[in-house]
Amino acid sequence: MDIRTTGGPPTADEVAAVDGLLGTPDSLWEGGRRRPADDHFARGGRAVRSQRHLLLPLLHAIQDRTGWVSRGALEYACRRLSIPPAEAYGVVSFYARFALKPRGALTLRVCDDIVCKLAGADEICAAVDAERSPCLGLCDRAPAALVERSGSSYEERQIAPVTVAQAADTLRGGEWPDQTLSTPLSPTLSPGGRGGLLRRVAAYDPERLDGYRALGGFAALMRAREMGSEAVIREVTEARLLGRGGAAFPTGRKWESVAKATERPHYLVCNADESEPGTFKDRVLMEADPFAVVEGMAIAAFATGCEKGYIYIRAEYPLARARVENAVAQARGAGLLDIEIEVRRGAGAYICGEETALFNSIEGKRGEPRNKPPFPVEVGLFGKPTLVNNVETLFNVLNIVSEGGAAFASVGTKDSTGTRLFCVSGHVERPGLYEVAMGTPLRELLALAGAQDIQAVLLGGAAGSFLTPEQVDVPLSFEGTRAIGATLGSGAVIVFDETADMKQVLLRIARFFRDESCGQCVPCRVGTKRQEEILERMLVERNGDRSADVMLLSDIAQAMRDASICGLGQTAANAIASGLTQLKVLNG
Amino acid sequence: MFGAGGGTSSYREAEETNVIILWGSNARETHPIFFHHLLRGVRSGARLIAVDPRRTSSAEWADVWLGIDVGSDIALANAMAREIIHAGLHDKEFIARATTGYEDFARCVEAYTLERAEAETGVPAAAIKEVALDFARAERGMICWTLGITEHHNATDNVLALINLGLLTGKVGRYGCGLNPLRGQNNVQGGGDMGAIPARMPGFQDLEDPAIHDKFAKAWGGAKFPDRKGWHLSEMFEAMERGELRSAYIVGENPARSEADQTRAVRLLSGLEHLVVQDIFLTQTAELAHVVLPAAAGWAESEGTVTNSERRVQRVRRALEPPAGARDDIDIISDIAQRLGSDWGNPTAEEVWDECRSLSPMHAGMAYRRLDELGGIQWPCPDESHPGTQFLHARLWKDPVEGPRAPFFAVEHDPPVDRLSEEFPIRLTTGRRLDSFNTGVQTGEYTSPLRKREALLISPEDGARLGVEDGESVRVSSRRGSVEVSVRFEPTLRPGLAFMTLHFPDQVSTNVLTIDATDPKSGTAEFKASAIRIDKLAPVS
Repeated sequence: MDIRTTGGPPTADEVAAVDGLLGTPDSLWEGGRRRPADDHFARGGRAVRSQRHLLLPLLHAIQDRTGWVSRGALEYACRRLSIPPAEAYGVVSFYARFALKPRGALTLRVCDDIVCKLAGADEICAAVDAERSPCLGLCDRAPAALVERSGSSYEERQIAPVTVAQAADTLRGGEWPDQTLSTPLSPTLSPGGRGGLLRRVAAYDPERLDGYRALGGFAALMRAREMGSEAVIREVTEARLLGRGGAAFPTGRKWESVAKATERPHYLVCNADESEPGTFKDRVLMEADPFAVVEGMAIAAFATGCEKGYIYIRAEYPLARARVENAVAQARGAGLLDIEIEVRRGAGAYICGEETALFNSIEGKRGEPRNKPPFPVEVGLFGKPTLVNNVETLFNVLNIVSEGGAAFASVGTKDSTGTRLFCVSGHVERPGLYEVAMGTPLRELLALAGAQDIQAVLLGGAAGSFLTPEQVDVPLSFEGTRAIGATLGSGAVIVFDETADMKQVLLRIARFFRDESCGQCVPCRVGTKRQEEILERMLVERNGDRSADVMLLSDIAQAMRDASICGLGQTAANAIASGLTQLKVLNG
Repeated sequence: MFGAGGGTSSYREAEETNVIILWGSNARETHPIFFHHLLRGVRSGARLIAVDPRRTSSAEWADVWLGIDVGSDIALANAMAREIIHAGLHDKEFIARATTGYEDFARCVEAYTLERAEAETGVPAAAIKEVALDFARAERGMICWTLGITEHHNATDNVLALINLGLLTGKVGRYGCGLNPLRGQNNVQGGGDMGAIPARMPGFQDLEDPAIHDKFAKAWGGAKFPDRKGWHLSEMFEAMERGELRSAYIVGENPARSEADQTRAVRLLSGLEHLVVQDIFLTQTAELAHVVLPAAAGWAESEGTVTNSERRVQRVRRALEPPAGARDDIDIISDIAQRLGSDWGNPTAEEVWDECRSLSPMHAGMAYRRLDELGGIQWPCPDESHPGTQFLHARLWKDPVEGPRAPFFAVEHDPPVDRLSEEFPIRLTTGRRLDSFNTGVQTGEYTSPLRKREALLISPEDGARLGVEDGESVRVSSRRGSVEVSVRFEPTLRPGLAFMTLHFPDQVSTNVLTIDATDPKSGTAEFKASAIRIDKLAPVS
């Protein structure tokens, strides 16, 4: 395996971190001491290499314990998993979360993304020694921060809203504030008086299974088992549910493809790597109603014949992860699950929200998207047929199984059935998570949240597009937004009033894509970089040939749309292009 | 094997087999191209078993590594055969129809119990049994080997022991099955194919067969040439020792550094009455020569063909003009013929090849045009409508068998000649590294980030026992000589086992230590097994 170790031996702490996950090594060949039997015999090969998927969990264990990933620790992990160190280094350096240089036990990350910037994040970053972070998914209470303390009892905590004083105190080792994030609940609107997606939020203790069951939890799973898998898929198909992760693919069709795939095993992946700036719906669902996530996964696995499920939760959501882990354990303990569900922790890479990049990340590789086809329903996680659904999509499934597909489809519009969660943030009086029927005009949603003096609305996050005040009558449906060249995307709705500096917003978006491009394909790697440079020239330095630069930006955008491997590159120019045409940033 | 000196399988089959036993081969480093094919097989599910005294980088890829003691290969192979027979997993129908000598073979291996094999090889009995049964049960399986099998005093017996396993389990002559010696250079196979071995004419035709001899004599205009086989390399050195061989013409070989017991080799070469060396560099052998003929490099400065380990003949084209004074091998040889009074004209590489095709039936269909079109052709290829042969010995599966049956040969374990003793307690085995080649003639000129100064690799445990530090210079002695070299700790070596290469003869004359105990059938010396002693150097006063 070409394992050449050059980083010196691992420390006792590092060995403990790795062995804590893998157990103590059995032989010299796995990184232990030489035993007499090692002189003439070794096992290895596939049995060892098949544990490659444990690389990210190992790296987390090392960093949680020691604050960073040293060469010695990495090489020990490589020895245990039979991975060439050069390749593992490529993995470590891919993910923003992992540190390759030693640092203090305490790390504070302050979100300086679009919404937190509006709320003064830059002042905090200027005042204290914090790392800047892209969106932490706490936009409803911006500005936000994430603090962690490495050591044998690792801790991390989301802090939002965070103040300069609080940030400074935290870095001095002060007490951390209590973690009560999803309550009190942001205002919600459930249509027709029926049970909406958010109905259990704040209605039970999210750490207790009995509370969930008292509200009818796991009845949908029982109902699904009575109906049988084919009937479940039929109802989902009749509901005409479209995926809520952003791509809006018909869920029923996806389920049917996986169910019919002959190759085994089938995998289920719940995509909870919610990283689109301005988006926090999945976080709220997981923090406040984690058992429903588990139940939704169990139904999806049952219907499509998945033998094993993974839920991949972004690293920035420690509370959501803890609650989902707890929910899985309690549901399993109560005998409610007949598949194994494993909770995986992301490592700070927006791209891993792309489904095939997410597979690679679970497999212990760099989170680089794969070419499609083949599609995940045929060749997905570990090369097997895989069902990938977003958290919100699975919540919808619970309702479909309970009420039937036809009832579900009676809400919303013909082409966009059901309700949709919108994450409203920015310059509004009541930022939060709103559930409205598909087709509701944006104007109504903005009124609910209390938006005034609107300069622009960014719909769909960084990969979405800007709307002007004249466009807010657009119906919030897939077809309605498509008609004006916009997209619902992840359901992020960021409102900017007249005070917002839209140039800074555009520059932040450009920086975001330049940072988050995985670098695998040229159009995106080079395009996002050039896009940022040109924008800088046009908006800040205000030199260069304006019309030539506009043309160049449009050429780059076209190249990225046409030739990028994945959605990141294909959409990386959308918001900026719409911003330049819709907003008055180029005037004066 | 079975009359044809080449690996039976194609590279493609390594990608689509179920079990690969890599026996005495660190192909990861020494046959990197083949290893890529092998890895494709591994990645699509093939089980890899490595048999090697060292846990090499190839062995790190293996599902199971059997770390045998140097030179105990036959004990292992025979014990595996016994386990297979006892489990009833041998291919009885194939054995009955397509082989001979099974009864003798079965009687012979009956003595190789697991207990005995464990004692001889050091490998746990349970592991031997597991590997044996895995191989026998696999639908497809192949055995690949290199110098770990052949650089022994009983090299031929070692090879026969592996062939026996293939025959026993019916794993030869079928797609994805086979017995494959991996060839070192791009054209080791081609050298043998063209008759650069003592008993054979091109195409492995028997020189001593009067009909074959007549055919060549007629084609060469009644030329006279020996009808008895000549000496192989080790016999040549013995003949020098006796004074019978007094003149040598050495082409592209560096025996002054590559021969075991180098002190003796240099003495004998220096004592020749006339030594001609034809090479691309002034090698250590060339430095001993009376006449040096500078040659063009075979891979870039001349036209011709090479043949790889899967028997594929491929075209080589001239990309560069050779430096002034260096000439193509064909030109040099033709000129020498002229001076010796035989006018061969001034043939092109293609003309030489076409003559070969007219005399060697297995190459007959390989016109240059076809080699270009098909990207090389695997022999045998008897005529110009033949696509070449992906794997050999499919004939053994015809009913009745076409041609002669394949023979089992009962072979017995015979440990290395250079015994370990109190005086020489450490087993030295030699080998190669990824970025260097043999005596370094072709690779020494290039820098490599992987290359370190030549050192004696020993286990850290041996280092501690001997009281030497990593990097310390020591004196290494065998029964034949001694050298000074620094040690390097290598945790993949077990205590009692040491390793060196012969890549850097200018730094360390490894072959001063090795033994020239030679396999009488193949002429290969036992480079893989010397007994050595490691002594701390006396402090400089």
